[in-house]
Amino acid sequence: MMNELNTPVLKASGLIKDFPIGSGNKASMRALNDISFELHKGQALAIVGESGSGKSTSARILSRIFEETAGLIEYKGIKLKDFIKKFGRLEYARQVQMVFQDPFGSLNPVHTIYHHIARPLLIHKRTDKQGVEQAVYDLLELVGLSPAYETSLKYPHQLSGGQRQRVAIARAIAVEPEVILADEPISMLDVSVRLGILNLMAELKDKRGISFMYITHDIATARYFAEKTAVMYLGHMVEWGDSDAVTQTPQHPYTQLLLSAVADSARKDTVEFKANTGEIPLWGKESKGCPFVSRCHKVIEPCHQTMPAIKEISSGHFIRCYQV
Amino acid sequence: MKQIPIHGDALVSPDKPKANLIYKNLGSKLKAFWSFFEGNPPALIGGFLLTLIMTMAVLAPVLASHDPDRRVARSHVEPSAKHFLGSTRSGRDVYSQLLFGAQKTLSVALAAGAIAVFIAIGVGVTAGYMGGRVDSYLNFLTNVFLVFPQLPLLIVLAAFLGQVSSLVITLLLGLTSWPWVARVIRSQTLSLRHKEFVISAEVMGESRWRIILVEILPNLVSIVFGGFLGTTIYAMGAEAGLGILGLGDSTEVSWGSMLYWAQTSSSLFTGAWWEMLAPAMALALTGGALALINMSIDQMSNPKLKTGKHMKLWKKLKREADQRRGLV
Ligand SMILES: Nc1ncnc2c1ncn2[C@@H]1O[C@H](COP(=O)(O)OP(=O)(O)O)[C@@H](O)[C@H]1O
Ligand code: SF4
Ligand SMILES: [Mg+2]
Repeated sequence: MMNELNTPVLKASGLIKDFPIGSGNKASMRALNDISFELHKGQALAIVGESGSGKSTSARILSRIFEETAGLIEYKGIKLKDFIKKFGRLEYARQVQMVFQDPFGSLNPVHTIYHHIARPLLIHKRTDKQGVEQAVYDLLELVGLSPAYETSLKYPHQLSGGQRQRVAIARAIAVEPEVILADEPISMLDVSVRLGILNLMAELKDKRGISFMYITHDIATARYFAEKTAVMYLGHMVEWGDSDAVTQTPQHPYTQLLLSAVADSARKDTVEFKANTGEIPLWGKESKGCPFVSRCHKVIEPCHQTMPAIKEISSGHFIRCYQV
Repeated sequence: MKQIPIHGDALVSPDKPKANLIYKNLGSKLKAFWSFFEGNPPALIGGFLLTLIMTMAVLAPVLASHDPDRRVARSHVEPSAKHFLGSTRSGRDVYSQLLFGAQKTLSVALAAGAIAVFIAIGVGVTAGYMGGRVDSYLNFLTNVFLVFPQLPLLIVLAAFLGQVSSLVITLLLGLTSWPWVARVIRSQTLSLRHKEFVISAEVMGESRWRIILVEILPNLVSIVFGGFLGTTIYAMGAEAGLGILGLGDSTEVSWGSMLYWAQTSSSLFTGAWWEMLAPAMALALTGGALALINMSIDQMSNPKLKTGKHMKLWKKLKREADQRRGLV
């Protein structure tokens, strides 16, 4: 195989992130513990998990909003720190884009759509001054917001949630990125427009070779959009591998719970986690054992003591659980 | 699929010229300006009164019937066709004094308001955006100025200096009345700072200054404007108050000094009510006009961040989304 196919675009190994809690600087909570994953060119990795499992934190570390407490990030085969030293922070900011969850919050209410798309083009000098206007219209057409000229004059509150999310995507692809970190891009949208956004992202992935980190709490869409899926619980990766394997033959009790929740609410439009919520503990530096222990129905003695090791249960399908 | 052209050169230039875009933007700005007044009686009345008062002040040299500084009549002449608002004890024309006094009083108040708001923006936005240590230093400074008894200070200072000129009063009022505006701006900046549109501008590589000036500041327009009007009203009151106490420069013609002379001449006791009533009414009307505009600012051009109908819509949609996700 060619080397390019083997080297992941973005690779994280053993990421740890602690956040201080309370006003005292002693106490902290561990939002991410030993997180490792790879993003490959033209592929998507879905990160699935309930709210609070550390999905956004992972994306925000990759986009340098947060600094990791420990762990290694490699970008295009070299250490991220070295890449930034060599090519500059701005270049990394161009190559790795982010799409946020809340389409009502991610666009500035006082600026037109034109501003939102023209700015990235200008910051990263993607076009000369004369070309900006046309480039903005082309991008709007590309994400399905025509007539582009009229749309460009509108303010965010004049667009629907789905349209805003398309603007956010246009803004991200304006600078021709390598990676898009999409943090629950469809969870706040009307059900009717979700598929459209997913298909737009799929097209960008397949035709432009953009790598996606697709964060979602909806495991059904993970399989639809992403080649790989990683399931996170309380800052830990509990099961990961090819999306088909993870979603069709889930092995971890937590993944099974997520999928049964989908089945239970098949008639409703999304997953209802609330009903299954046992007590979710706060994870700290000293916490040990399996994070899922308080909600698991298969607990055995070692679960309380140490985090189970990584097991490859079939080719490319990994899990951390004693009972599998 | 279409590729994004990186240079517009290969393409036919856009069929809509840029001028059109600017024109449309201007049009929507004007529309926003009008929609502030539309169906908003306080704004309409306040705006009308203020425009009237400002026009009269600016046109004072044209509209005045006499020289405000000269003796042009006998003492305490009643209002008449020759002297619309009568004369003072020293024979000055009250109507002309009122017009020229408006110039002085309004410029002191507006300048003090502008100084205060500029300091407030600098302190508030910096504290709110930078956070951390910078924030705690600036917060301390703000609190010091907030508890600072400015009117007593002015009185002491004026008593010490004899009488203080309107320039000194302007500076003192401007330099001491910014803290409460700074506080409001700081807290609003703080909440904007964590909005996703600010984070996404940061992630995009936008510079700090552009984020503050272009992304954050325009969202603060209504707060800044409200703060400006509030400080202006306050400064106008303080200027008049100092004038009445005889601490302002009584040789300058302002509404404050007019009140001072009216009081020292016991105009009310001698039946010359006009000498007292004219400046008092002028102050009340101007203050009222400013307050009316201030009142209606809550519904002004950027309702999305405040209490307007868009906020309600946002909240409703967010609630629905949360319900779908089973979070509520
Ligand atoms: N800036 C922060 N400061 C402190 N704690 C944070 C911060 N961001 C996230 N956390 C905590 O980290 C945990 C994971 O959050 P997050 O990554 O947002 O989860 P998810 O996106 O999966 O819902 C949560 O418990 C959250 O409270
Ligand atoms: S390791 Fe133990 S507690 Fe954790 S999921 Fe497996 S069985 Fe349950
Ligand atoms: Mg999140």
